[in-house]
Amino acid sequence: MADHLLDVENLQVSFATEDGLVRAVDEVSFTLDRGEVVAIVGESGSGKSVSAMTLMGLTRSPNSRFGGSARLNGRELITASEHDFESIRGKEIAMIFQDPISSLSPVHRIGDQIVEQIRAHEDISKPAAFDRAVELMERVGIPSAADRARAYPHEFSGGMRQRAMIAMALSLSPSVLIADEPTTALDVTIQAQILEEFKQLRASGESGVIFVTHDLGVVADIADRVLVMYAGRVVEQGTLDEIFYDPQHPYTWGLLGSITRMDREPPRRLPAIPGLPPSLINAPAGCHFRPRCPHEFAQCMEVPKLESHIAEAPEHADRCWLEVEEKRTRRLINGRIGLTEGTVIA
Amino acid sequence: MSAAAAAGSPESAAESRPLLEAEHVKLYFPIKTGVLIDRTVGHVHAVDDISLVLGEGETIGIVGESGCGKSTFARCIVRLLEPNEGTLRFRGQDITHLGRRDLNPVRREVQLVFQDPVSSLNPRKRVGQIVGSPLRLHGVDRDKAQARVRELLERVGLNPEHINRFPHEFSGGQRQRIGIARALAVDPRLIVLDEPVSALDVSIQAQVINLLDDLQDDFGLSYVFIAHDLSVVRHVSDSIAVMYLGKVMELSPAKELYTKPIHPYTHALLAAIPIPDPVENRARQRTVVGGEPPNPINPPSGCRFHTRCPRATDVCSEVEPPLAEYPGGHLAACHHPLSVSDADIAGATRSPLSPLSAGRLMPGGKEVPAEPVQGGDEEAPA
Repeated sequence: MADHLLDVENLQVSFATEDGLVRAVDEVSFTLDRGEVVAIVGESGSGKSVSAMTLMGLTRSPNSRFGGSARLNGRELITASEHDFESIRGKEIAMIFQDPISSLSPVHRIGDQIVEQIRAHEDISKPAAFDRAVELMERVGIPSAADRARAYPHEFSGGMRQRAMIAMALSLSPSVLIADEPTTALDVTIQAQILEEFKQLRASGESGVIFVTHDLGVVADIADRVLVMYAGRVVEQGTLDEIFYDPQHPYTWGLLGSITRMDREPPRRLPAIPGLPPSLINAPAGCHFRPRCPHEFAQCMEVPKLESHIAEAPEHADRCWLEVEEKRTRRLINGRIGLTEGTVIA
Repeated sequence: MSAAAAAGSPESAAESRPLLEAEHVKLYFPIKTGVLIDRTVGHVHAVDDISLVLGEGETIGIVGESGCGKSTFARCIVRLLEPNEGTLRFRGQDITHLGRRDLNPVRREVQLVFQDPVSSLNPRKRVGQIVGSPLRLHGVDRDKAQARVRELLERVGLNPEHINRFPHEFSGGQRQRIGIARALAVDPRLIVLDEPVSALDVSIQAQVINLLDDLQDDFGLSYVFIAHDLSVVRHVSDSIAVMYLGKVMELSPAKELYTKPIHPYTHALLAAIPIPDPVENRARQRTVVGGEPPNPINPPSGCRFHTRCPRATDVCSEVEPPLAEYPGGHLAACHHPLSVSDADIAGATRSPLSPLSAGRLMPGGKEVPAEPVQGGDEEAPA
């Protein structure tokens, strides 16, 4: 157990608001190793970004409450002091945000911003740090990096900015890299290029990557293991193939069913998950997905535990009361995995 | 559920004249400099000679990466912007340079739905006011407008009881429904949808797309559907135009575009979408197109995609390819087309929708003589 690079156990994050307590993340557990990509999938408000940001110590505020533990190389992150985090953040765990333009300083040159981060952690001269910044920018595919390092963020295109963010995140060879929807704001051809960078990073085996996204296509392209989150809870987790070929939770069926394939004949109507995600202040009792689930029954009023129901796959866990065999028949709609037959407008 | 309809046969009454015709529409934004006196130092070629035809009850999808001019073109269609050159006709009426007052009746028939449901709804107004204001502007009295708003809210899947709520009390998908209800309020014939689902979660996207589909069947609407990738447009479109740097690269019946992309750029767009199936994804040879779209201030000569195109040769940088028409009304502007047979290439004709600046050289090396006709009758591609 202690061997994992990152070991998150029972992570809980809640925020006190005027309207009540928001349980943003509830009992999230997973591990991450070097050279591995763990994807966290979910819709907006599912708690995927909050989980990621908590690991970076970015959700701390007088109104936030934490529970559980997250150990990075054996070091506890949840209770680490702000002073400790100064040396952890950037050096051991780094983050890439969705929107690179608002994460870079508009009044500093790109190269200088990378230099600043390096020099905050290491005692090296400015020219040496600058050389390293240029080297990093080359590595992530920024052409004529030596010149571009002297440019400002507004002179970069969206894809190039995201590359610069990746270069910055990699500058201190962190053992964990958190990417929060890094390709969502990019065009598809640029997204494909950035995903290639992540694949190279994975192949290098230097870091473990937590990849937060809502796009299952991207997940299929890059992830080794997947956590599916819904309303603050992990509803299912397993390897990439387990999630795609033997999904156990109705929400996962709905997600898989609602993706469209470019290489197939399209259905007449797009399959949609009926209803809306719940408010986290007044989350429905029992299974949070219950109000949207067509397979709901009496037992769903109790919260199902996240555990494996398949003997051959002890790591493939889900939160659903249905029997495995029953799930395997119920999830098939016209031979495809799905939740409902294209019902629309709640 | 609903009967398969939409594609193919528009009502015979409208068949004589397409709903919307765009002929060689150009819109250049001037780049100005100077302190007291403006000096124009260049132009952004946002929309550079685009011709399209849209029939009654049909949907055309317009796809392209950011900066390709798709949103600018959408704003031209609803005449929020005035094209520099070319002609826009709505039901045969030239609307290219109509003034404010003359546009009023047209505005009633052409509506726009925006991408961002947060910034396109006034946060200080209640839903009833937002959806009702187009009605009031067009002279409907308050009580009638109120009743109509309730009807509209119900139609787009919102609770009519929520008529007095503010936009922030709704989720993203619901807000987009409000935007759609507002567009529907004045019984338009054409709705221009500028990335209507890009800001929404996947499961909610499907709900909104299905809603749009239903509304089209019920009201016989036509859509211009703008999107930045090929995944969403497929479900709603009868034909799809792929744009790159202000030009149409390919214009095809929706079905064919996915099975038989002719332009290498379309192919690249399709190849860039990850397959949501791990095994097939691993097996696939990904060809990732390098580089980024060039600057639209100084677009590349010849074919605009040649700087990134894996199939580019010398001719691509010299001659701008015309839109060649292949069997099935499939148009593509490429000297080295993909997925077409030699016979198809030999039989291809120069489409009248080609840009005026396009060369006479067709794929396969044959030259077509210049024809003096400009504008006039056009053949609808779909």
